[in-house]
Amino acid sequence: MSEEKKLFKVTIDNITVEVEPGTTILNAARQIGGEVTPPAMCYYSKLKNSGGKCRTCLVEVAAGSTADPRPMPKLVASCRTTVMDGMIVKNITSERVLDARAGVVEFLLLNHPLDCPICDQAGECHLQDLSYEHGKEGTRYEFNRRTFKKHDLGEYIQLHMTRCILCYRCVFVADQLTNKRAHGILDRGDHAEIATYIEKSLDNDFIGNVIDVCPVGALTDKTFRFKNRVWFTKPVDAHRDCSKCCGEVQLWMRGDEVFRVTARKDEWGEVKDSTKGGPGWICNECRFEKKDAKDWTIEGPTQVSRHSVISQGHYVNVVKPKETLPDVMGGRGPKLLMNIHNVSEVNSPEIELSKIAGPAHSDDFKNSLDNGK
Amino acid sequence: MEGLLLSLFTFHFSLFMVPFSEEKLAKVQEIIARYPEGKQKSALLPVLHLAQEVHGWLSAETMDYVASLLQLEPIEVYEVATFYSMYNLKPVGKYLFEVCQTGPCMINGSDDIVDYIKQRLGIGVGETTPDGLFTLKTVECLGACGYAPMMQLGKHYKEHLTREKVDQIIEECRKTAGQLN
Amino acid sequence: MGVKLLLEKAHVEGIRSYEVYRREGGYRAVEKALKTMSPDAVTEEVKKSGLRGRGGAGFPSGMKWSFLAKPEGVPRHLVCNADESEPGTFKDRYLMEFLPHLLIEGLIVSSFALGSNATYIYIRGEYAWIPDILEQAIAEAKANGWLGKNILGSGFDCEIYVQRGAGAYICGEETALIESLEGKRGNPRIKPPFPAVKGVWDRPTVVNNVETLAAVVPIINMGGEEYAKIGVGRSTGTKLISACGNINKPGVYEIDMTISVEEFIYSDEYCGGIKNGKRLKACIPGGSSVPILPANLLLKTAKGETRYMNYESLSDGGFATGSMMGSGGFIVLDEDQCIVKNTYTLARFYRHESCGQCSPCREGTGWMEKILKNIDMGKGKMSDIDLLWDIQRKIEGNTICPLGDAAAWPVAAAIRHFRDEFEWHVKNPQECLTRNYGLANYADPLVIPA
Ligand SMILES: Cc1cc2nc3c(=O)[nH]c(=O)nc-3n(C[C@H](O)[C@H](O)[C@H](O)COP(=O)(O)O)c2cc1C
Ligand code: SF4
Ligand code: SF4
Ligand code: FES
Ligand code: FES
Repeated sequence: MSEEKKLFKVTIDNITVEVEPGTTILNAARQIGGEVTPPAMCYYSKLKNSGGKCRTCLVEVAAGSTADPRPMPKLVASCRTTVMDGMIVKNITSERVLDARAGVVEFLLLNHPLDCPICDQAGECHLQDLSYEHGKEGTRYEFNRRTFKKHDLGEYIQLHMTRCILCYRCVFVADQLTNKRAHGILDRGDHAEIATYIEKSLDNDFIGNVIDVCPVGALTDKTFRFKNRVWFTKPVDAHRDCSKCCGEVQLWMRGDEVFRVTARKDEWGEVKDSTKGGPGWICNECRFEKKDAKDWTIEGPTQVSRHSVISQGHYVNVVKPKETLPDVMGGRGPKLLMNIHNVSEVNSPEIELSKIAGPAHSDDFKNSLDNGK
Repeated sequence: MEGLLLSLFTFHFSLFMVPFSEEKLAKVQEIIARYPEGKQKSALLPVLHLAQEVHGWLSAETMDYVASLLQLEPIEVYEVATFYSMYNLKPVGKYLFEVCQTGPCMINGSDDIVDYIKQRLGIGVGETTPDGLFTLKTVECLGACGYAPMMQLGKHYKEHLTREKVDQIIEECRKTAGQLN
Repeated sequence: MGVKLLLEKAHVEGIRSYEVYRREGGYRAVEKALKTMSPDAVTEEVKKSGLRGRGGAGFPSGMKWSFLAKPEGVPRHLVCNADESEPGTFKDRYLMEFLPHLLIEGLIVSSFALGSNATYIYIRGEYAWIPDILEQAIAEAKANGWLGKNILGSGFDCEIYVQRGAGAYICGEETALIESLEGKRGNPRIKPPFPAVKGVWDRPTVVNNVETLAAVVPIINMGGEEYAKIGVGRSTGTKLISACGNINKPGVYEIDMTISVEEFIYSDEYCGGIKNGKRLKACIPGGSSVPILPANLLLKTAKGETRYMNYESLSDGGFATGSMMGSGGFIVLDEDQCIVKNTYTLARFYRHESCGQCSPCREGTGWMEKILKNIDMGKGKMSDIDLLWDIQRKIEGNTICPLGDAAAWPVAAAIRHFRDEFEWHVKNPQECLTRNYGLANYADPLVIPA
């Protein structure tokens, strides 16, 4: 006897939505979409046990439920807190949340190299988006940033630990998608790092997915590295018959050349479900070894969220996210921390990236430009 | 069990790794038996302590050996060994002086004790004397705040430290080391 | 002399051995519980006693026990938290070292109440000699029929195991402890689920402090109601205080919670006054994470009333003018101590002990340490003080586990009560390296200098 399931009513930033019991606040907010959705740097709906760590998704619970309408004393991680019927949540309508979130962003950027000009992830980096929208201008940190030895994770994957925000997503990928995890979190506290301890290459068939889940440019595709800035390439949906994975991918092309292959992403930056059902994780072969357009059946241009810098280029199928901001914020706009366009001219081809010692900063580029070749 | 034997056979023993003695292997089994079936990972911290007794530190080879004993992936052992401050991941001197420097010890003069040890041994914090006898480390509160200043030396605490007491301790260490050789 | 329930026999010659402990009335509580009471009746006595957790949070223990989920066919576990790593705290060590059988007895009775057939003592790794003492006591108890199968014919089976940690303060947090017991990194879990539902190996688990579990022995022996008559208000029974710092008689004291802070510091029965005849400057009354109080607010509340050594009185005034009982680590600072330096060492401690899982604590603790070090070294700026305040504010309440709060509170309280000292450091970058700020206007109101 299937009894009709009772849905829970939850109100987030004055917008009410009905969701299944057991839904987290974050996923309820994603059903509404737009700016009322808290940013999530560590939660990943397709990875079990993820979330709770970065604290960017903190929200205020103004009323716990209809039955117990008391507010929760502390801000809660929306990605790990389930809704109750009649819960009232404040995200961008809460000064406390905005203040705490600005703090979290500042903490996350504290030791981040901000080497966006030379980072492969620039343009599709969630940290960059986050600091755009929720950060304060500039940092008050006056100490040397933490640095790490570079780690080589084999022929396919490059690890730039200095950029890592310790979201643990890549560890969950290795645990949940591969049968043998070879990398993990070593050390603790502010020395904690992603590593293999002794040099080891990550070569499991599905390990390449760590690149897709990494919210920053810490794990990048070596077969793509520095070949091109992501916004100069054009994403198209494509597929092939693959015995290991769903074979449904995005090709990042310029002209007829395939520069990079990734899984398809949804509007939250997560790997989309494949048309065959289940998350559309892709295998290493599809990702790293099929760099010829002939390997693929091209379906057409990918829909790119307008949210992304990539869409600043020349794409047609831009999806416009729901504009809820004016409704809930009384016209107040997001704050700008760092405008990638101000520094993007440094991405000119005459700069020899390998000549720059250590992680590069935009200043390095200015100097090397001034010193003129 | 099959996997266990296999991993033992395929394992390459190296210089920094002595496989456990019969007695130690029996101890490992005894520890594993404390936990529910299949939860032998729980034995990891105690077994790493046992492993460290051999050389005073944990080499990658030793950790791999522990992984094979407990049927774990090596990375699971590295993750744990690097998390806890008591596991030495580099060789240390025969006598490891771990001087507490947290608030309660600091207000009772631990800085002076650290300076004095540095001067006596001619080494800095984190260094080992050339003869390999002494390593000096500073640590955070060891739960002996009422008996400050203090340090850990092997299994035991040396408390109410003074310069004279430090002299005595160094002397004793040198003596026992001499007798052992 | 106040009432002694835990340490009464501490000085009896040979009390560490089973024979002497038994001769002095040991294991009566096990007899009483297992022969004459049901597990729920034991829990009921603990509830009546008003016993509050002695590990720091002060949560009512009986209530905690009654929350334990009891699904059919799923084993449950009691875990004794002997990680004791909060700076200033060394009371559990004293109990385990000198009265091991008292703890074992408390563990047997508590395991019976909770239905734990395998109970674990998780002890900090640095206390490397204590597991031997405890294992000896366990073996003796077992040899005498207090542990093992069908104890005293009650049908109750119980084993106790000692598990050593390996150097991590965070493993005192109960879910980090559980992770560590499972052989993992000590990363606190994200709650819910709570240990009472899903603890070690996903089984329902109760984690209690050493002292809490030892206190179950006198509670069962004298009855919960009698126990509740000792002390005052919701601070029932006795509490172990480990006193350290600049006092004449550092050590572990058992108090009934009716004595005043002044008596505790100055009477010969306890701390015996400030060392070398100096004056009291400040005190951290409940372990390093609780707010530091200047002498004037320590001995008297903001309302001018006498402050007592109990949960309610120590927290009178909230964080604005009060502090907390915490773990009972009582750290006394005399007039020669530098608040900036002390705060810096504590900030360094929390940075060192952060597990690194969540960003506010991982990044914020290191940032605070660096700024405090600068101020201590005479390299600080005025704006650093406000910056520190802002950082601690952004850590507090926004982290996965309370270590974030524990790191934020000492910094907040130091700035709140000793801001002038921080400013003096900034204004006198040279002088602050060679001398201390001294007492200023928060001098001990009791001792008027000649
Ligand atoms: C960072 C941190 C460290 C802690 N350390 C200890 C400890 O060393 N010993 C302890 O008993 N409780 C400690 N606690 C408290 C425990 O989480 C838990 O509340 C306690 O063991 C419960 O026992 P109780 O109810 O008997 O006090 C700590 C908590 C935190 C957040
Ligand atoms: S490398 Fe990337 S995915 Fe892995 S923890 Fe760091 S930021 Fe997260
Ligand atoms: S607050 Fe600190 S110790 Fe606690 S989970 Fe977060 S990083 Fe770890
Ligand atoms: S997304 Fe919720 S804490 Fe990171
Ligand atoms: S502060 Fe040194 S032992 Fe506690």
